[in-house]
Amino acid sequence: MKNLKMSIAAMLLLAVSFTNAQEKEKMNHNHGDMKMDHSKMKMDQMQDAKAEAVLSDYFTLKDALVGDDTKKAAQSGTKLVASLKSFDKSSYTIEQQEELVDIIDDATEHAEHIAKSAIDHQREHFKTLSKDIADMVTITGTKNILYEQFCPMYDKGSVWLSLQKDIKNPYYGSKMLTCGKVQKEIK
Amino acid sequence: MKLVKIIALVLLLAFVGIQFIPATRNQSDLIPETDFMLVNKVPETIQKKLQVSCYDCHSNNTKYPWYNKIQPVTWFLENHIEEGKAELNFNEWDSLSNRRKKSKLRSIIKQIESGEMPLESYTLIHKDATFTEAEEMISYITQLKDSL
Repeated sequence: MKNLKMSIAAMLLLAVSFTNAQEKEKMNHNHGDMKMDHSKMKMDQMQDAKAEAVLSDYFTLKDALVGDDTKKAAQSGTKLVASLKSFDKSSYTIEQQEELVDIIDDATEHAEHIAKSAIDHQREHFKTLSKDIADMVTITGTKNILYEQFCPMYDKGSVWLSLQKDIKNPYYGSKMLTCGKVQKEIK
Repeated sequence: MKLVKIIALVLLLAFVGIQFIPATRNQSDLIPETDFMLVNKVPETIQKKLQVSCYDCHSNNTKYPWYNKIQPVTWFLENHIEEGKAELNFNEWDSLSNRRKKSKLRSIIKQIESGEMPLESYTLIHKDATFTEAEEMISYITQLKDSL
Protein backbone atom coordinates (compact mmCIF):
# COMPACT_ATOMS: atom_id res chain seq x y z
CA MET A 1 0.00 0.00 0.00
CA LYS A 2 2.80 2.34 0.86
CA ASN A 3 4.40 1.59 -2.48
CA LEU A 4 1.19 2.39 -4.29
CA LYS A 5 0.90 5.72 -2.52
CA MET A 6 4.44 6.62 -3.44
CA SER A 7 3.89 5.75 -7.07
CA ILE A 8 0.71 7.80 -7.24
CA ALA A 9 2.50 10.78 -5.74
CA ALA A 10 5.34 10.42 -8.22
CA MET A 11 2.91 10.07 -11.10
CA LEU A 12 1.08 13.25 -10.11
CA LEU A 13 4.25 15.27 -9.94
CA LEU A 14 5.35 13.95 -13.28
CA ALA A 15 2.03 14.78 -14.85
CA VAL A 16 2.30 18.33 -13.58
CA SER A 17 5.76 18.74 -14.99
CA PHE A 18 4.70 17.34 -18.36
CA THR A 19 1.75 19.69 -18.74
CA ASN A 20 3.99 22.52 -17.77
CA ALA A 21 6.53 21.59 -20.41
CA GLN A 22 3.81 21.16 -23.00
CA GLU A 23 2.38 24.54 -22.22
CA LYS A 24 5.78 26.07 -22.75
CA GLU A 25 6.05 24.34 -26.07
CA LYS A 26 2.60 25.55 -27.05
CA MET A 27 3.60 29.09 -26.23
CA ASN A 28 6.67 28.79 -28.42
CA HIS A 29 4.48 27.55 -31.24
CA ASN A 30 2.18 30.50 -30.90
CA HIS A 31 5.07 32.87 -31.09
CA GLY A 32 6.17 31.19 -34.27
CA ASP A 33 2.74 31.55 -35.81
CA MET A 34 2.52 35.15 -34.89
CA LYS A 35 5.80 35.92 -36.53
CA MET A 36 4.52 34.34 -39.72
CA ASP A 37 1.46 36.55 -39.54
CA HIS A 38 3.59 39.62 -39.14
CA SER A 39 5.56 39.01 -42.29
CA LYS A 40 2.39 38.25 -44.21
CA MET A 41 0.71 41.36 -42.96
CA LYS A 42 3.68 43.54 -43.69
CA MET A 43 3.09 42.92 -47.38
CA ASP A 44 -0.52 44.03 -47.11
CA GLN A 45 0.31 47.14 -45.22
CA MET A 46 3.12 48.42 -47.33
CA GLN A 47 0.67 50.71 -49.12
CA ASP A 48 -0.85 52.04 -45.93
CA ALA A 49 1.53 51.79 -43.05
CA LYS A 50 0.29 54.90 -41.33
CA ALA A 51 -2.43 55.86 -38.95
CA GLU A 52 -5.27 54.72 -41.22
CA ALA A 53 -4.30 51.05 -40.88
CA VAL A 54 -4.20 51.34 -37.09
CA LEU A 55 -7.52 53.17 -37.07
CA SER A 56 -9.17 50.63 -39.30
CA ASP A 57 -8.17 47.79 -36.96
CA TYR A 58 -9.25 49.85 -33.98
CA PHE A 59 -12.71 50.31 -35.51
CA THR A 60 -13.04 46.60 -36.28
CA LEU A 61 -12.21 45.95 -32.64
CA LYS A 62 -14.71 48.56 -31.47
CA ASP A 63 -17.46 47.03 -33.61
CA ALA A 64 -16.68 43.57 -32.25
CA LEU A 65 -17.11 44.90 -28.70
CA VAL A 66 -20.35 46.65 -29.70
CA GLY A 67 -21.56 43.24 -30.93
CA ASP A 68 -20.42 41.47 -27.71
CA ASP A 69 -18.18 39.29 -29.89
CA THR A 70 -15.18 38.24 -27.78
CA LYS A 71 -13.65 36.08 -30.46
CA LYS A 72 -13.74 38.72 -33.16
CA ALA A 73 -12.44 41.30 -30.70
CA ALA A 74 -9.52 39.03 -29.89
CA GLN A 75 -8.74 38.58 -33.57
CA SER A 76 -8.81 42.31 -34.23
CA GLY A 77 -6.59 42.75 -31.18
CA THR A 78 -3.98 40.56 -32.85
CA LYS A 79 -4.35 42.50 -36.10
CA LEU A 80 -3.99 45.77 -34.25
CA VAL A 81 -0.73 44.59 -32.68
CA ALA A 82 0.59 44.01 -36.21
CA SER A 83 -0.57 47.35 -37.65
CA LEU A 84 0.85 49.21 -34.66
CA LYS A 85 4.14 47.43 -35.22
CA SER A 86 4.36 48.43 -38.86
CA PHE A 87 3.38 52.03 -38.20
CA ASP A 88 5.81 54.29 -40.04
CA LYS A 89 6.91 57.21 -37.86
CA SER A 90 9.63 58.57 -40.11
CA SER A 91 7.71 61.56 -41.47
CA TYR A 92 7.18 63.13 -38.03
CA THR A 93 9.37 65.44 -35.98
CA ILE A 94 11.67 63.89 -33.37
CA GLU A 95 9.44 65.09 -30.57
CA GLN A 96 6.37 63.63 -32.20
CA GLN A 97 8.21 60.41 -32.87
CA GLU A 98 9.07 60.07 -29.22
CA GLU A 99 5.46 60.50 -28.22
CA LEU A 100 4.31 58.13 -30.95
CA VAL A 101 6.71 55.44 -29.72
CA ASP A 102 5.28 55.86 -26.24
CA ILE A 103 1.69 55.71 -27.50
CA ILE A 104 2.39 52.70 -29.68
CA ASP A 105 4.13 50.82 -26.85
CA ASP A 106 1.18 51.35 -24.59
CA ALA A 107 -1.43 50.60 -27.25
CA THR A 108 0.41 47.42 -28.23
CA GLU A 109 0.28 46.12 -24.70
CA HIS A 110 -3.45 46.72 -24.49
CA ALA A 111 -4.05 45.15 -27.90
CA GLU A 112 -2.05 42.10 -26.82
CA HIS A 113 -4.22 41.72 -23.74
CA ILE A 114 -7.38 42.13 -25.78
CA ALA A 115 -6.15 39.31 -28.01
CA LYS A 116 -6.12 36.87 -25.10
CA SER A 117 -8.80 37.98 -22.64
CA ALA A 118 -12.48 37.55 -21.84
CA ILE A 119 -14.84 40.35 -22.81
CA ASP A 120 -14.80 42.23 -19.49
CA HIS A 121 -11.04 42.46 -19.65
CA GLN A 122 -11.12 43.37 -23.31
CA ARG A 123 -13.34 46.33 -22.46
CA GLU A 124 -11.07 47.43 -19.62
CA HIS A 125 -8.11 47.48 -21.96
CA PHE A 126 -10.17 49.07 -24.72
CA LYS A 127 -10.67 52.08 -22.50
CA THR A 128 -6.98 52.91 -22.22
CA LEU A 129 -6.41 51.86 -25.80
CA SER A 130 -9.01 54.41 -26.93
CA LYS A 131 -7.15 57.14 -25.10
CA ASP A 132 -3.92 56.07 -26.82
CA ILE A 133 -5.51 56.01 -30.26
CA ALA A 134 -7.13 59.42 -29.68
CA ASP A 135 -3.73 60.83 -28.73
CA MET A 136 -2.22 59.25 -31.81
CA VAL A 137 -4.80 60.91 -34.05
CA THR A 138 -4.01 64.28 -32.46
CA ILE A 139 -0.51 63.90 -33.92
CA THR A 140 -1.19 62.06 -37.15
CA GLY A 141 -4.58 63.40 -38.17
CA THR A 142 -6.85 61.28 -40.33
CA LYS A 143 -8.63 61.49 -43.67
CA ASN A 144 -12.06 60.77 -42.14
CA ILE A 145 -14.20 62.70 -39.73
CA LEU A 146 -14.11 60.92 -36.36
CA TYR A 147 -16.47 61.26 -33.46
CA GLU A 148 -15.13 61.13 -29.94
CA GLN A 149 -17.92 59.59 -27.90
CA PHE A 150 -18.40 59.39 -24.17
CA CYS A 151 -20.13 56.95 -21.86
CA PRO A 152 -20.53 58.47 -18.37
CA MET A 153 -21.39 55.13 -16.78
CA TYR A 154 -18.48 52.86 -17.62
CA ASP A 155 -15.61 53.10 -15.12
CA LYS A 156 -16.32 56.69 -14.03
CA GLY A 157 -16.65 57.84 -17.63
CA SER A 158 -14.97 56.42 -20.71
CA VAL A 159 -14.25 57.64 -24.20
CA TRP A 160 -14.09 55.89 -27.57
CA LEU A 161 -13.74 56.86 -31.21
CA SER A 162 -16.21 56.14 -33.99
CA LEU A 163 -16.70 56.84 -37.68
CA GLN A 164 -20.44 57.19 -37.18
CA LYS A 165 -22.21 59.93 -35.33
CA ASP A 166 -24.89 57.71 -33.77
CA ILE A 167 -24.00 55.98 -30.54
CA LYS A 168 -23.20 52.28 -30.36
CA ASN A 169 -21.59 51.64 -27.03
CA PRO A 170 -18.59 49.27 -27.10
CA TYR A 171 -18.33 49.17 -23.28
CA TYR A 172 -21.80 47.70 -22.72
CA GLY A 173 -22.77 46.27 -26.10
CA SER A 174 -26.35 45.00 -26.27
CA LYS A 175 -26.86 45.70 -22.56
CA MET A 176 -26.91 49.45 -23.11
CA LEU A 177 -26.28 49.98 -26.76
CA THR A 178 -27.19 53.64 -27.06
CA CYS A 179 -25.77 54.90 -23.77
CA GLY A 180 -23.47 57.84 -24.40
CA LYS A 181 -23.06 61.02 -26.41
CA VAL A 182 -20.84 62.65 -28.98
CA GLN A 183 -18.26 64.70 -27.15
CA LYS A 184 -16.16 66.05 -29.98
CA GLU A 185 -15.75 65.97 -33.73
CA ILE A 186 -12.25 65.24 -34.96
CA LYS A 187 -11.42 66.44 -38.45
CA MET B 1 1.11 -5.89 -9.10
CA LYS B 2 4.41 -6.42 -10.83
CA LEU B 3 3.46 -3.92 -13.52
CA VAL B 4 2.52 -1.37 -10.90
CA LYS B 5 5.91 -1.78 -9.33
CA ILE B 6 7.69 -1.25 -12.63
CA ILE B 7 5.66 1.87 -13.42
CA ALA B 8 6.29 3.20 -9.94
CA LEU B 9 9.99 2.61 -10.33
CA VAL B 10 10.15 4.36 -13.69
CA LEU B 11 8.24 7.34 -12.36
CA LEU B 12 10.40 7.48 -9.28
CA LEU B 13 13.54 7.46 -11.41
CA ALA B 14 12.11 10.21 -13.60
CA PHE B 15 11.25 12.24 -10.52
CA VAL B 16 14.78 11.85 -9.20
CA GLY B 17 16.18 12.57 -12.65
CA ILE B 18 14.43 15.91 -13.11
CA GLN B 19 15.92 17.12 -9.84
CA PHE B 20 19.25 17.41 -11.64
CA ILE B 21 18.03 19.79 -14.31
CA PRO B 22 19.46 23.20 -13.43
CA ALA B 23 16.98 25.99 -12.75
CA THR B 24 17.35 29.74 -13.00
CA ARG B 25 16.67 31.75 -9.89
CA ASN B 26 15.07 35.12 -9.67
CA GLN B 27 17.31 36.61 -7.02
CA SER B 28 19.29 39.81 -6.75
CA ASP B 29 20.70 41.91 -3.92
CA LEU B 30 20.57 45.07 -5.95
CA ILE B 31 17.60 47.37 -5.73
CA PRO B 32 17.77 49.57 -8.82
CA GLU B 33 17.20 53.32 -8.60
CA THR B 34 14.09 52.85 -10.70
CA ASP B 35 12.36 50.83 -7.98
CA PHE B 36 8.76 51.75 -7.21
CA MET B 37 9.45 52.19 -3.48
CA LEU B 38 12.47 54.40 -4.08
CA VAL B 39 10.88 56.85 -6.52
CA ASN B 40 7.51 57.12 -4.81
CA LYS B 41 6.72 58.11 -1.26
CA VAL B 42 5.05 54.88 -0.31
CA PRO B 43 3.49 54.65 3.18
CA GLU B 44 4.95 51.88 5.29
CA THR B 45 1.85 49.70 5.40
CA ILE B 46 1.55 49.85 1.62
CA GLN B 47 5.25 49.02 1.26
CA LYS B 48 4.84 45.94 3.39
CA LYS B 49 1.77 44.82 1.52
CA LEU B 50 3.44 45.28 -1.88
CA GLN B 51 6.45 43.35 -0.70
CA VAL B 52 4.43 40.44 0.64
CA SER B 53 1.73 40.30 -2.03
CA CYS B 54 3.41 41.45 -5.24
CA TYR B 55 7.21 41.57 -5.19
CA ASP B 56 7.79 37.82 -5.27
CA CYS B 57 6.66 37.69 -8.90
CA HIS B 58 6.85 41.33 -9.95
CA SER B 59 10.44 42.20 -9.06
CA ASN B 60 13.96 40.87 -9.55
CA ASN B 61 14.00 39.28 -6.14
CA THR B 62 11.85 36.38 -5.03
CA LYS B 63 11.66 35.05 -1.48
CA TYR B 64 11.52 31.40 -2.37
CA PRO B 65 9.71 28.85 -0.25
CA TRP B 66 11.75 25.77 0.70
CA TYR B 67 9.86 23.43 -1.62
CA ASN B 68 10.98 25.47 -4.58
CA LYS B 69 14.09 23.32 -4.54
CA ILE B 70 11.99 20.36 -5.66
CA GLN B 71 11.15 19.85 -9.29
CA PRO B 72 8.62 20.19 -10.89
CA VAL B 73 7.62 22.90 -8.41
CA THR B 74 10.62 24.94 -9.52
CA TRP B 75 9.41 25.04 -13.11
CA PHE B 76 5.93 25.96 -12.09
CA LEU B 77 7.16 28.93 -10.05
CA GLU B 78 9.72 29.95 -12.64
CA ASN B 79 7.01 30.21 -15.25
CA HIS B 80 4.84 32.43 -13.07
CA ILE B 81 7.69 34.72 -12.16
CA GLU B 82 8.71 35.10 -15.77
CA GLU B 83 5.18 36.03 -16.81
CA GLY B 84 4.73 38.29 -13.81
CA LYS B 85 7.86 40.28 -14.54
CA ALA B 86 6.96 40.63 -18.20
CA GLU B 87 3.67 42.27 -17.20
CA LEU B 88 5.10 44.47 -14.50
CA ASN B 89 8.45 44.76 -12.75
CA PHE B 90 8.30 47.10 -9.74
CA ASN B 91 12.11 47.30 -9.75
CA GLU B 92 12.01 48.98 -13.16
CA TRP B 93 9.09 51.26 -12.42
CA ASP B 94 10.74 54.59 -13.17
CA SER B 95 11.96 53.49 -16.58
CA LEU B 96 8.33 53.68 -17.75
CA SER B 97 6.83 56.82 -19.26
CA ASN B 98 3.92 58.53 -17.52
CA ARG B 99 1.52 57.07 -20.03
CA ARG B 100 2.78 53.56 -19.33
CA LYS B 101 2.76 54.14 -15.57
CA LYS B 102 -0.86 55.24 -15.66
CA SER B 103 -1.74 52.20 -17.71
CA LYS B 104 -0.01 49.89 -15.25
CA LEU B 105 -1.58 51.56 -12.21
CA ARG B 106 -5.01 51.24 -13.79
CA SER B 107 -4.37 47.56 -14.40
CA ILE B 108 -3.15 47.06 -10.82
CA ILE B 109 -6.39 48.55 -9.51
CA LYS B 110 -8.50 46.35 -11.79
CA GLN B 111 -6.57 43.21 -10.90
CA ILE B 112 -6.93 43.80 -7.16
CA GLU B 113 -10.59 44.84 -7.39
CA SER B 114 -11.53 41.78 -9.40
CA GLY B 115 -9.51 39.56 -7.07
CA GLU B 116 -7.41 38.18 -9.90
CA MET B 117 -4.20 39.21 -8.22
CA PRO B 118 -2.50 37.90 -6.18
CA LEU B 119 -3.05 34.53 -7.84
CA GLU B 120 -5.01 31.96 -5.89
CA SER B 121 -2.19 29.45 -6.23
CA TYR B 122 -0.01 32.02 -4.46
CA THR B 123 -2.34 33.04 -1.64
CA LEU B 124 -3.07 29.38 -0.96
CA ILE B 125 0.40 29.13 0.55
CA HIS B 126 1.10 32.79 1.32
CA LYS B 127 -1.93 33.45 3.50
CA ASP B 128 -0.68 36.91 4.42
CA ALA B 129 -0.61 37.97 0.77
CA THR B 130 -4.40 38.08 0.47
CA PHE B 131 -6.01 41.50 0.15
CA THR B 132 -8.54 41.39 2.95
CA GLU B 133 -8.78 45.16 3.07
CA ALA B 134 -7.87 46.37 -0.36
CA GLU B 135 -9.28 49.88 0.03
CA GLU B 136 -6.13 51.41 1.45
CA MET B 137 -4.05 50.00 -1.39
CA ILE B 138 -6.54 51.00 -4.06
CA SER B 139 -6.89 54.54 -2.76
CA TYR B 140 -3.10 54.88 -2.68
CA ILE B 141 -2.66 53.57 -6.22
CA THR B 142 -5.54 55.74 -7.47
CA GLN B 143 -4.00 58.79 -5.85
CA LEU B 144 -0.65 58.02 -7.46
CA LYS B 145 -2.29 57.55 -10.86
CA ASP B 146 -4.12 60.87 -10.63
CA SER B 147 -0.93 62.68 -9.62
CA LEU B 148 0.83 61.68 -12.85
